[in-house]
Amino acid sequence: MSGYLIAALALAALMMTFVGCARARATQNGAAEKTHSRPIYHGLNAAIWTGVPAFIFLLLWLGGQNSVINQLVIASFPGAENLDPSARSLILSEIRQVAAGNIFKEPTPEIQAAVAHLKSLQQISTVAMVAVVAATMAIGAFLGYRVIGNRYRARHSVERSVTYFMMFSSFVAIVTTLGIVASLVFEALQFFAKVPVTEFLFGLRWEPQIAIRADQVAGQGAFGVLPVMFGTFVISLISMIVAVPTGILSAIYLTEYADRRFRAAVKPLLEILAGVPTVVYGFFAVLTVAPAVRSLGLGLGIPSSPNSALAAGAVMGVMIIPFISSLSDDALAAVPRAMREGSFALGATKGETIRKVLLPAALPGIVGGVLLALSRAVGETMIVVMAAGLIARMTLNPFDAVTTVTVQIVTLLIGDSEFDNPKTLAAFALGLILFLVTLMLNLIALRTVRKYREKY
Amino acid sequence: MSSAAFTETVAKAGVDWHSDEMKARRKRRYAADRRLQIYGIVAISFALGFLAILIGSLTFSGHKAFTQTVATIEIDLSGAKVDPNNIKDADWRGIVRGALRAQMPGLSRREERKFFEMFTSSGQFLVRDAVLADPSRLNGVSRFAIPMADPIDQLAKGEISRDTPENQRRVNDQQIAMFDQLVEKGVISTPFNWGLFFNADSRFPELAGLAGAISGSFWSLLVCFIISFPIGIAAAIYLEEFAPKNKLTDLIEVNINNLAAVPSVVFGLLGLAVFLGWLGLPRSAPLVGGLVLALMTLPTLIIVTRVSLKSVPSSIREAALGVGASKHEMIFHHVLPLAIPAVMTGSIISLARALGETAPLLLIGMNAFITSPPDGVFAASTALPTQIYIWADSPERGFVARTSAAILVLLAFLVLMNGIAIYLRQRFERRW
Repeated sequence: MSGYLIAALALAALMMTFVGCARARATQNGAAEKTHSRPIYHGLNAAIWTGVPAFIFLLLWLGGQNSVINQLVIASFPGAENLDPSARSLILSEIRQVAAGNIFKEPTPEIQAAVAHLKSLQQISTVAMVAVVAATMAIGAFLGYRVIGNRYRARHSVERSVTYFMMFSSFVAIVTTLGIVASLVFEALQFFAKVPVTEFLFGLRWEPQIAIRADQVAGQGAFGVLPVMFGTFVISLISMIVAVPTGILSAIYLTEYADRRFRAAVKPLLEILAGVPTVVYGFFAVLTVAPAVRSLGLGLGIPSSPNSALAAGAVMGVMIIPFISSLSDDALAAVPRAMREGSFALGATKGETIRKVLLPAALPGIVGGVLLALSRAVGETMIVVMAAGLIARMTLNPFDAVTTVTVQIVTLLIGDSEFDNPKTLAAFALGLILFLVTLMLNLIALRTVRKYREKY
Repeated sequence: MSSAAFTETVAKAGVDWHSDEMKARRKRRYAADRRLQIYGIVAISFALGFLAILIGSLTFSGHKAFTQTVATIEIDLSGAKVDPNNIKDADWRGIVRGALRAQMPGLSRREERKFFEMFTSSGQFLVRDAVLADPSRLNGVSRFAIPMADPIDQLAKGEISRDTPENQRRVNDQQIAMFDQLVEKGVISTPFNWGLFFNADSRFPELAGLAGAISGSFWSLLVCFIISFPIGIAAAIYLEEFAPKNKLTDLIEVNINNLAAVPSVVFGLLGLAVFLGWLGLPRSAPLVGGLVLALMTLPTLIIVTRVSLKSVPSSIREAALGVGASKHEMIFHHVLPLAIPAVMTGSIISLARALGETAPLLLIGMNAFITSPPDGVFAASTALPTQIYIWADSPERGFVARTSAAILVLLAFLVLMNGIAIYLRQRFERRW
């Protein structure tokens, strides 16, 4: 329904553009005085008046209607006022399921009555929405049409609307950040109401698979985040051991030694590594790398698990190579020519210049790049979800399985989730930690890079 | 180290540069230089070798899924009791089984069960749908292609070796013998597997296809584009051209830079809590996927657009303002049209990134098992990367090849999009 309504709004706005344009042209033809705006601006102005208020109204209505209808349905449900919020939401979701036609067992008469109530409310809401939006549109079109005249400054009006839209757009970024922080903090606070903060931050056991229903057999539940953080650290460390030397060395070769043709051919190929979707790396890690790593570990006589930290970390490291390589590339290129040439003038070889002059000068930029890469490794999800383990262990053996923050977030939230049990909420607490850690790494990295740029 | 020695020698006067000692030192220094070069080449070969192995192994394991072993069976429907007005409810199971029985007469009941297991269990529905699409087939003998079940498909493609002992493979000797008989009769063929593109997901590898995933990805990307493209450009124009330099705009800028580096799974959490939890939008819907992807691509898009706006020379702005254009006219009539090729390139590249993004889509439930393609942005659906994730998790062996094939399809889409972006850049980009 709302899709048709939006299409109708767009159509009406388009029509008003032509109508307004034609009317403006007609009034201008007979006018003695000079007109302020060209006809197209009058048309656009009329279109904005027609479409925009009605569209905003429609969005607000769609956003609010569900919760209002829920309130009304639950208020009329017999005995609902004595229930706690989670029981209420259970009843509500059952009503919604039945209304959508997903019936698993014969609904009780109360539920059936509520479903009927819900359906009538939805119908009323739809009819009212169409009526109100159409009325807003009509009033807007009328007003937009009436103001057309020689003296009316339609261009200013249109430009003002455009400016408002642009301001709104640049606030979307802030709203997104606020949304992230709000949702993470809100759900994490609910989690901390059930599990103490100190237990979460300093606990040494992570066993989140607790019973959702009373009749399930499951563990007691322990929410200590340290083993998970430790696993994240181990896998990120392995990926950095792979990526940092490879990335920096390839950047050095490409900027200092390689001729132009080689560079032009190899650089895009390296960039492909960054463009391959992570789910592809994950599948590759499971299919090819993990068995190889396992047989290597068993050959060395080390206890190895099929989803070893080494396999996930190494594949993640390869994914990060182009990232480090291109940031090191930038840092090396930013070193002033004079330093390089001064070194050559003293008789140093190219290798000596790179090691003694270029690298120290470019170090802050490279470190910034490595920190950015580290933040990416910490937040990387699909490779570890597919290739790393699920059980949180504190082990430094790279052939053993460890788990990471992102793996836990995904496994806790996959499938159906209720918002009121600690298992689901724990994922948001983990998300909050992940967000804070990556934010910190990013801020430090960006600051390092910027400071260094100012120096030269 | 060599260079420490090198500074020492400069300090001393009257060194004999041709002495053996100096020759050896020079040799060492040049060797060190060469070593660094070799390290660089090794590093690059490691990265590129990994890429080659990645593509190579995926192609190797995936190319077999682009064909499918089928049996072409003739079925005489004129004799069957099918009511032309109610094709759906005829005894299709009996009809198909009868036709199969005719291929291999004289089997005992147990043998027959093993024989039927060789074909896909949904053959009756395939025949029914073919007849529904073309009822004239009821009037005589017509040929139907029935896919073989996964183990037989593997056998035909050589994935299951005949040399392994019978109890270690999923096809028994009898089935192999029957399969060879069918091959001799010319019933078996391996045509191109169109089902991979036109079937929706299925529990049976021989019937599973990507139609649902591809259309789910299409709808998500459409929503993502419709939202992020105008908002991204508008925000970039505002920040680059209009925004006063103050604390607030500084904050927005820092914010956008940081947002571009927030892990994608966090955007998934945002989508789950805000779009599904607070706004009550439907789970698994491409609409929500597109919204999350739009929020994720927005920062990159803003940064790219700002760079391309910045690269338009100021002489053009001043000329426009000089002949009396308003600031808006200057931007929308002159600066933006010159910057738009670079903006398009950037937005296609960020859409390609969004196409490969998996984690946020998993969190909003786009990994459900759905057997029909979505018919809009509200219908539950999967996307290409989440479909890959689902198949990678499936235990049937046939899904290994399917997963690789799905990855190849995804990579082909990515190559296509990036190719368009590169073409646009080379065709339209202007250097000032």
